[in-house]
Amino acid sequence: MRYAIALPFLWLAVFFLLPFALVLAIALGTNAPDVAPPVELGFSLKNFALLFSDDLYVAAWLSSLRIAATSTLIALLLGYPMAYAIARARPERRPLLLMLVVLPFWTSFLIRIYAWMGLLAKNGLIDQFLRWSGIAENPGSILGTEWAVHLGIVYAYLPFMVLPLYATLEKLDTSLLEAAADLGARPLTAFLTITLPLSLPGIVAGCLLVFIPSIGEFVIPDLLGGTETLMIGKVLWDEFFTNADWPLASAVAICLLVLLVAPIALFQRQQARSLERRT
Amino acid sequence: MNGRARFAFTALAFGYAFLYLPIVLVIVYSFNESRLVTVWAGFSTKWWQALFANEAMLDAAWLSLRIALVSATAAAAIGLAAGYALARAPFFFGRTLFGSLVIAPMVMPEVVMGISMLLLFVGSEQVFGGPDRGFLTIALAHTTFSIAFVAIVVQARLADFDRSLEEAAMDLGATPWVTFRTVTLPLIAPAVGSGWLLAFTLSLDDLILTQFVAGAQSQTLPMRVYSSVRLGVDPQINVLATIIVCVAACALILSGWLTRRKV
Amino acid sequence: MHAGPIADSIVRIEGLTKRFGAITAVDGVDLEIRRGELFALLGGSGCGKTTLLRMLAGFEVPDGGRIVIDGQDMTGVPPHLRPVNMMFQSYALFPHMDVATNVGYGLRREGVRAPEIATRVAEALEQVKLADHAGRRPAQLSGGQRQRVALARALVKRPKLLLLDEPLAALDRKLREGTRFELVRLQEQLGLTFVMVTHDQEEAMSMATRLAVMNTGRVAQVGTPHEIYERPASRFVADFIGIANILEADGGWLALRPEKITLSANRPDAANTVAGKILDIAYEGDRSLYRIVTEGNGTMVVSTTNIDRTQPASFARGQRVWLGWSADAGHRVSE
Repeated sequence: MRYAIALPFLWLAVFFLLPFALVLAIALGTNAPDVAPPVELGFSLKNFALLFSDDLYVAAWLSSLRIAATSTLIALLLGYPMAYAIARARPERRPLLLMLVVLPFWTSFLIRIYAWMGLLAKNGLIDQFLRWSGIAENPGSILGTEWAVHLGIVYAYLPFMVLPLYATLEKLDTSLLEAAADLGARPLTAFLTITLPLSLPGIVAGCLLVFIPSIGEFVIPDLLGGTETLMIGKVLWDEFFTNADWPLASAVAICLLVLLVAPIALFQRQQARSLERRT
Repeated sequence: MNGRARFAFTALAFGYAFLYLPIVLVIVYSFNESRLVTVWAGFSTKWWQALFANEAMLDAAWLSLRIALVSATAAAAIGLAAGYALARAPFFFGRTLFGSLVIAPMVMPEVVMGISMLLLFVGSEQVFGGPDRGFLTIALAHTTFSIAFVAIVVQARLADFDRSLEEAAMDLGATPWVTFRTVTLPLIAPAVGSGWLLAFTLSLDDLILTQFVAGAQSQTLPMRVYSSVRLGVDPQINVLATIIVCVAACALILSGWLTRRKV
Repeated sequence: MHAGPIADSIVRIEGLTKRFGAITAVDGVDLEIRRGELFALLGGSGCGKTTLLRMLAGFEVPDGGRIVIDGQDMTGVPPHLRPVNMMFQSYALFPHMDVATNVGYGLRREGVRAPEIATRVAEALEQVKLADHAGRRPAQLSGGQRQRVALARALVKRPKLLLLDEPLAALDRKLREGTRFELVRLQEQLGLTFVMVTHDQEEAMSMATRLAVMNTGRVAQVGTPHEIYERPASRFVADFIGIANILEADGGWLALRPEKITLSANRPDAANTVAGKILDIAYEGDRSLYRIVTEGNGTMVVSTTNIDRTQPASFARGQRVWLGWSADAGHRVSE
């Protein structure tokens, strides 16, 4: 048992905790383009000051929050009926239906986003469809807009929404709904007063599982978004790879983490609680 | 069909169409004659031939497979230990920290993990003169990030595990280690197996973390795909996507069979 | 049914205490278990009987006191080094091994050679009448068969002490009665010491050589089934085992079993009599239980054996009757 604790502990201390200490140290340093690595250690808060004074960073921060929140909401509205339908399907069909939800997750993330590039491009299938059906006369390219980013996030993270929702809905005792109906509740009332409150843990878990990774998303805004789509993960990437400003990129990383402290803490508390229920 | 059944059917039909239409189209257009993904110009396997002649892509795939094999195995071993400790260890000092530490890489933004691990490797280069960035650093990064997934699967399996089986083994004279080897491990092996498969897939698919720690020489498959896709649509990528979807479907069926198989 | 107890102790428990947080599960228990007896720990849920058994096996570490098994202090001895074996309530059969491999598991841990393992496993399976099921997996067995595999697996190690945690609880009623006799037969035939935990008083009374009645972590009384039933030490024991009328007598308490009382229409010629009115009657087939509101002793329960098949009950509800019992029918109990 001692080794079972020590081995992961040491590994994560060296490859997870120590690196974070380094990020913090570098974020307090200064950019030094002439040396390799391009950092001069020190203790200055000017990188953080820059992040708060420059409109670009503040805007990226806010729009990351906005895009992640809207996408999470859309994923919930799309995922809840799916999870509900699977949970109410005949038991022998559920494994297959669930597997179909999970399967895309096991294929390449990059390629799933790539799949939308062809669909959303100018003269792509969606463009053609919109023109053919007369919904829009000259829709142009959806690719490169914030619409496409939302779509990509919902598409990529939908399985994360459906799975926890399914887990709570499947456990829901159907006799509760029968009892509600017996006591005079109409189906919609029964749903709102029984099913919805009891599936709240699943809703919270699903929303966090979509929201947390979307905040720091890089691939989706990079491939589907345009120049005007600002997301903090992409800003970090550009600072690091394009501008080679390591200290500033480190500061962005720390700000990104600060943004995530509350949702991650919530997620961990929920994990611990659901584990307690099981044991 | 009554109202509820119709609603359920619509929800599922719409949901699955949304999930699968893009994938199906990617597969269909891998057999397209034209280079354009928007126009169907007749059936052809020329992009398939092109991909299998694409040395750089094949090298990248080979590198990715090797890294995935190594990192998934390491992550399975460490994740097994972590999951076992989380499920079985009585209270110990730093338990909460340990639990958070194990789960943290799962919820950490990849860009943040990427930059932090790169800084670690750069730092170790400064101090110890190594390791060179490439296979080893990528494998180390992937292992770190996959441990959490294995640990969660193992821990969940152990939480459902009848503890009296372990007590019975000890009662019959088995030391804790022999108990683990002869009773616990064989019974949680399916969970460890699906954890390994998950780690393998994550490693094979990872772009961001890899991009940070790869160095100049190594190019994994996702890195190649990314640099190709950035320039626009490429039917060779469609071919690759078709292969990946088929392999993933097989792997998922296998993993489902492993976890559902009654011992 | 039993040979007289052999006054040679194999287990000595001294001041044993176990706390879980604020709850004291076992509270300063002293017990002596004799070689070759079937000893039962009887009590309701949460009385500490299972915790006591698990401390004997070594799964729980006592907070105080000690356990001595066959002269050897068990303090600090881990489960796998103790000369005891346990039959688990859930049976805890290893699902990934067949019956023979399950039964041979403990012998392999001792380093016994393969041919000897094969002989001893076959012998053990013979004893529990499962010789032709050696190759089956636990999932392919019935509940009763699984119980017997669990028994064989524990017996094959020839433990000094066999612990049985609710050995019959998972069986259905019909099977349970047959298995009771089977367990007692094996125990006598092998001359082993059994310690059994049960919440079922009928089980404990019919099987045990001696039993300990437990309540809130303490031993309320130790004795043979006859002693416990006829000479309960306290109101708790009298109440817990069977039915007892507790009467106030000479500033103390008297426990009076329902079958020790006679019921008659006229005042009987007995040392003690009281009149009353029948409140209700519970017909149980072999006997009938009458609840009677008496003049002076509150509500009392009286049982009559239904000897006459054609006559359902000798008395009617609401009827006025007389209760009578002899001078030595009751037993004085403490509070």
